[in-house]
Amino acid sequence: MCLAIPGRIVDSENIGGSRVGNVEFGGIARKVYLDFVPEAVPGDYVIVHAGFAISLVDAEEAERTFALLEEMGALAEEGIDAS
Amino acid sequence: MTVSIEQFVCPAPLTGGDTVLLGHGSGGRLSAELIRDVFLPALGNSILGQLEDQATLDINGTRIAFTTDSFVVKPLFFRGGDIGSLAVHGTINDLAVGGAEPLFLSAAFILEEGLPMETLRRVARSMGEAAAAAGVRIATADTKVVEKGSGDGLFVNTTGIGLLRPGVTLSASNARPGDRVILSGYIGDHGMAILAEREGLEFDSPIGSDSAPLHTLTRAMLDAGTGIRAMRDPTRGGLASTLNEIAAQSGVTIEIEETAIPVREEVRGACEMLGLDPLHVANEGKLVAIVAPEAADAVVRAMRAHRLGADARVIGTVTGMARKLVLMRTSFGTTRIIDMLAGEQLPRIC
Amino acid sequence: MKYLDEYRDPKIARALVEQIRARVTRPWVLMEICGGQTHTLMRYGIDELVAPGVELVHGPGCPVCVTALETIDKALAIASRPDVTFASYGDMLRVPGSHSDLFRVKASGGDVRIVYSPMDALKLARAMPERKVVFFAVGFETTAPGNAMAVCQAHREGLANFSVLVSHVLVPPAIRLLLASPANRVQGFIAPGHVCTVMGCREYEELASDFHVPMVVGGFEPLDLLEAILMLVGQLEDGRAEAENQYVRSVTREGNAPARHIMEQVFEVSDRKWRGIGEIAQSGYRLRPEFAVHDAEKVFDLHTVTAEEPAECISALVLQGLKKPPDCTAFGTRCTPETPMGAPMVSSEGACAAYYVYRRHELVTLAG
Repeated sequence: MCLAIPGRIVDSENIGGSRVGNVEFGGIARKVYLDFVPEAVPGDYVIVHAGFAISLVDAEEAERTFALLEEMGALAEEGIDAS
Repeated sequence: MTVSIEQFVCPAPLTGGDTVLLGHGSGGRLSAELIRDVFLPALGNSILGQLEDQATLDINGTRIAFTTDSFVVKPLFFRGGDIGSLAVHGTINDLAVGGAEPLFLSAAFILEEGLPMETLRRVARSMGEAAAAAGVRIATADTKVVEKGSGDGLFVNTTGIGLLRPGVTLSASNARPGDRVILSGYIGDHGMAILAEREGLEFDSPIGSDSAPLHTLTRAMLDAGTGIRAMRDPTRGGLASTLNEIAAQSGVTIEIEETAIPVREEVRGACEMLGLDPLHVANEGKLVAIVAPEAADAVVRAMRAHRLGADARVIGTVTGMARKLVLMRTSFGTTRIIDMLAGEQLPRIC
Repeated sequence: MKYLDEYRDPKIARALVEQIRARVTRPWVLMEICGGQTHTLMRYGIDELVAPGVELVHGPGCPVCVTALETIDKALAIASRPDVTFASYGDMLRVPGSHSDLFRVKASGGDVRIVYSPMDALKLARAMPERKVVFFAVGFETTAPGNAMAVCQAHREGLANFSVLVSHVLVPPAIRLLLASPANRVQGFIAPGHVCTVMGCREYEELASDFHVPMVVGGFEPLDLLEAILMLVGQLEDGRAEAENQYVRSVTREGNAPARHIMEQVFEVSDRKWRGIGEIAQSGYRLRPEFAVHDAEKVFDLHTVTAEEPAECISALVLQGLKKPPDCTAFGTRCTPETPMGAPMVSSEGACAAYYVYRRHELVTLAG
């Protein structure tokens, strides 16, 4: 049961004891429960599964590791072995 | 009790097929089986057996296209249309993709006791407007009312009659190796618009149904010259099911390019979220055409000059393999087989 | 869509494939656990790209598939009751029980509803106090926090008409079972990224060291899986057996503490029966006794039927990677997604279903 996708928190409010956010997924907004990511604030990206945010995307880690992948892709294009 | 993985056994197979399921109406494999196993044997004749979107009738030398359809959409009203305009457009389109000029429709309503009169008025008005805008007339109608609880508010059944263009015989069995597959525009809008409405999804740029009458587009395409072998509108079951039907009826393989298929950002996002494949989502204002290679450019040009074909493009080819398959080259350059929708399209959780 | 699209870049994918090819000196057999990962691998043809150096086999990563037959039968019995509104995730509707499935129950008049979240089921319970609303809580650890929250809220609000039929399964016991089998061929695992998002990586560190088999926690996009494969190959070529994390943008070593906190309040680990296998000790969750009023097993008096399970399907061999789905005599004929016989065909994420839908076997014969 793993279908979870990243979305951006637009805003949040407290509803009935829970923190509920408006999360945007590429042009669609949905209400998402943010109780499992208390540190997340509007502007952050979260991974959402079945209406719940289960993690806060670590933007720095993501940038860092993706930069490595991009470099790999660029070097491969130039025909240089990146290992 | 120790268990080991070797003890895996198979659960009892489901015997069944003795009741009608939702999946039988989804336009995919189960629907095809219902037609093949129940209707054809009982009603069978050579015209019905051709399984086109419309029947070609020869009445004293005049070729007439004849079609029927039923509309059971929920909700009744949605962004971009309603059950009424949908009924008019859908019926016109079944005639249009057969190469016919739609002329007359019939409309039969099954109403549930308790349906608000205002709802019925809205639907009727919408049908009238859609028919007038398309230049067709609803020539005959009928109404039945069923007891509360026996229906779903409002169902519409239509038939449509049109005149076939002389010299034009389009059929899903006409595809030949080398033919190009042309798609008229963005897929998935209608199905996702309905789902969004039902599930309360909110969009920045809300998705609207693409419901539209395609007969002026098909007219422009046929005017562009000969070479169109077949046209179909990919409604329930989506583009995947339609292409599979053509491949099966023509006995060919169709190869399409994933990167060539246009899908709106919002539709893609909604599909991602729900685990749905846009290739299986219904469209109500799009068509797919199988066109001889030498005529493809002219047809695409003619389509792009028309409002409803502005995003038309070639998305694939019919190849020489005698396997009734639809293959798709993915964005990664790998190949996968695109199958028909099996039953009801279910949102995934995995 | 950010954090999604860039992980589908074909150019970077090609580079990763080249790296994998360059690294491989002998063939390796790897397994991914989660159905969502299987889906991506099939959809992008990644198994095609990494062959022959890497063979990918598909694990029991589909909680829908492995939900015990008795549990399905219980669900069907509950859903057939006229006073019940039965809410479930979409993919459960097609799963066959001994004699029927939820779709058929719906067709016969049962009030069966598809929901995307347990909170939707809770909303139904609030809206219809006169009806018993039952939510089918199926899933791996990923889904447990949300289900726990729904039960907690129901308890807090005193929503006595809301209950859950729990069928949670845990991944590590399944991996243990696979690795303990003498016929096991799997040399490295792609661990499920969203399960680990909740649970962290510790259990996989234990597995790696207990069995000396490398584990890499992987994401769900094609680049995630290719990178995870590269990392596994790297470990195997070096003779290492550690737990590594590829899915760093979502997974931390500790996992999600608030999520696990609420899970611990509501659930306790229990033995659980896996469809086709039998009972695996400590491999599932059940509701704690203090939530009995919301436990559908206790609310509804059901007599369990233990169905005879005739063996034709070779699920066991498929799930160990000893056979591929097309090797099964029933595959594609008696056993199809519409008429599934075995666990891996039942859900759209099972290995057999993935093979069937993407028709990988036919592609092989097409290629000659």
